[in-house]
Amino acid sequence: MSTTENLKGRKVILHDMCLRDGMHAKREQISVEQMVKVATALDDAGVPYLQVTHGAGLGGNSLQHGFALAPNEEYISAVASRMKQAKVSVLLIPGLGTMKELQAAYDAGARSVHVATHCTEADTSPQHIAYARKLGMDTTGFLMMAHLNDAAGIAAQGKLMESYGAQTVYVTDSAGYMLPEDVRARVAALRAVLKPETEIGFHGHHNLGMGIANSIAAIEAGATRIDGSVAGLGAGAGNTPLEVFAAVCERMGIDTGVDLFKLMDVAEDVIVPMMDHLVRVDRESLTLGFAGVYSTFLLHAKRAADRFGVPARDILVELGRKKMIGGQEDMIQDTAMTLAKERGLSIREAAAA
Amino acid sequence: MKKIRCALIGSGNIGTDLIYKIRRSPVLEPVWMVGIDLQSEGLARAREMGLKTTAEGVDGLLPHVRGDNIQIAFDATSAYVHAENSRKLNELGVMMIDLTPAAIGPLCVPPVNLREHADRVEMNVNMISCAGQATIPIVHAVSRVQAVEYAEIVASLASKSIGPGTRANLDEFTYTTSNAITRVGGAKRGKALAIINPAEPPMIMRNTIYCLTEDEPDHARITDSILAMIAEVQKYVPGYRLVNGPIYDGNKVSVFMEVAGLGDYLPKYAGNLDIMTAAATRTAEMFAEEILAGKIQLKAEEIA
Repeated sequence: MSTTENLKGRKVILHDMCLRDGMHAKREQISVEQMVKVATALDDAGVPYLQVTHGAGLGGNSLQHGFALAPNEEYISAVASRMKQAKVSVLLIPGLGTMKELQAAYDAGARSVHVATHCTEADTSPQHIAYARKLGMDTTGFLMMAHLNDAAGIAAQGKLMESYGAQTVYVTDSAGYMLPEDVRARVAALRAVLKPETEIGFHGHHNLGMGIANSIAAIEAGATRIDGSVAGLGAGAGNTPLEVFAAVCERMGIDTGVDLFKLMDVAEDVIVPMMDHLVRVDRESLTLGFAGVYSTFLLHAKRAADRFGVPARDILVELGRKKMIGGQEDMIQDTAMTLAKERGLSIREAAAA
Repeated sequence: MKKIRCALIGSGNIGTDLIYKIRRSPVLEPVWMVGIDLQSEGLARAREMGLKTTAEGVDGLLPHVRGDNIQIAFDATSAYVHAENSRKLNELGVMMIDLTPAAIGPLCVPPVNLREHADRVEMNVNMISCAGQATIPIVHAVSRVQAVEYAEIVASLASKSIGPGTRANLDEFTYTTSNAITRVGGAKRGKALAIINPAEPPMIMRNTIYCLTEDEPDHARITDSILAMIAEVQKYVPGYRLVNGPIYDGNKVSVFMEVAGLGDYLPKYAGNLDIMTAAATRTAEMFAEEILAGKIQLKAEEIA
């Protein structure tokens, strides 16, 4: 099989995550001015979709997920008002974000939404998907932690989201755990059951260094939308680095419509200088990918490790063993405290025996 | 000892679990189970357990209310039909305990405000949500010591314990619980988050409560207040357990709880459903005790 030949001329829509998933890597501390700077540069480079919200999406400002420097609506309107061609998208996780917040995001200028559920819980999204469609938004059903459901299960869940009105269904490798064959099987299973006009997307994390390879595998199996972030600014070891992916696409003859050199300049001149830590595969982010743990847990686990004296890797492995999923960030501190007690470490101020 | 006779409306998981809880009560007796499907498992089980049943909804119960001396009814149907059920039964002098999100009556969390509702002889009280019952006692335990500027609760629920109604209406759950955190919990602002986890074997319900106090928190007094409150809740929910905390970071107080059910009808992991039925039963018991002691009397309501 000559993959390169097969993909020549295929059109793929890129969706940048720097200003949403990247918020996790910045502890939600990207300013409105920085967002505008990044977004206008990406718009100029021809990236068609940019996601802009708190890392946990609409409703994300919380003690559980941290408080950003500005409300979501402020970020969205500041960016959306300056876009020449790019559409602004948002993330909405039912149980955290609500339809009221989706309406507010739309009013601020968002025109696309990832409605995200855990990969087995698609039936918590019908109201939100229907509401997004009613607003006329480009509407995606986003199946997170997709490694925790098999190909047939993902297909069934995607079919549900399509029935609620989703125009695109994503396989979301939130833990950066999947290998190309895992991605291919799930995307192919979706392609087999979804209507021809329903698109399929893939959202990768680079925890095992597989972001690019997995995204290519997704395209081979029928995906037409790929999430990534310039310079990989995202949770864990980051998302699929978008400029690298764009270069690979160009080599393979896949049509992304972006200006590769401009994208490379944004990565080097704008994003890398913004980073608090170099987003890369390090010991802890590799643990996420290896153990299948939600990428956003990384910095929370490091903080809990500092506070309670239990190594972050031990906390992450335990969270994986207990099958904790996205949104359960409270269980990181809880798990760290329980491990500390088991190891006879003293916990300041704790009252539980 | 004389018991107050009760009707259960809704023959699903909650209604069925309520039979077990009420049968165990020294002051309550389950007499009627109301459903809408003659073939439902819930009605069949109720008949097996000796209850009278009807599959004709509340209208099938009304002719028997006087003759069977029904004084308290539990509604575990849906917000859409609760108002009608309540109106019809209140007219006959039956007090309603509302386990739907309808919330047409005052919100009730037993250790926080049940006494007030009983004193006012409220004819309809609402039980909020499972997450509300599991977390608002803790918010109140902090706010009764010092002002809470903001409270946030995170409920993690086993996927198998969440029915289709809640799934399709997650926003309702979020709004109802957030509202009760302020109105009953006493925080100035509130936020509720829900996560549905599909792990096998199913995880036991977990709840994390964060409170931001206005001034520096008094660690000793807040911890004492929380521990006392947990003991209060344990009187009717034995599986309500502190896992970690309270722990203090600046003005933030964090408490990590677990709720195991009794495993009556629903498995033990479904502490979320259990805490609703247990709180509803506790609420009914308080009214029943007062009625039996002759302190309050339920009155048929005039038709407005």
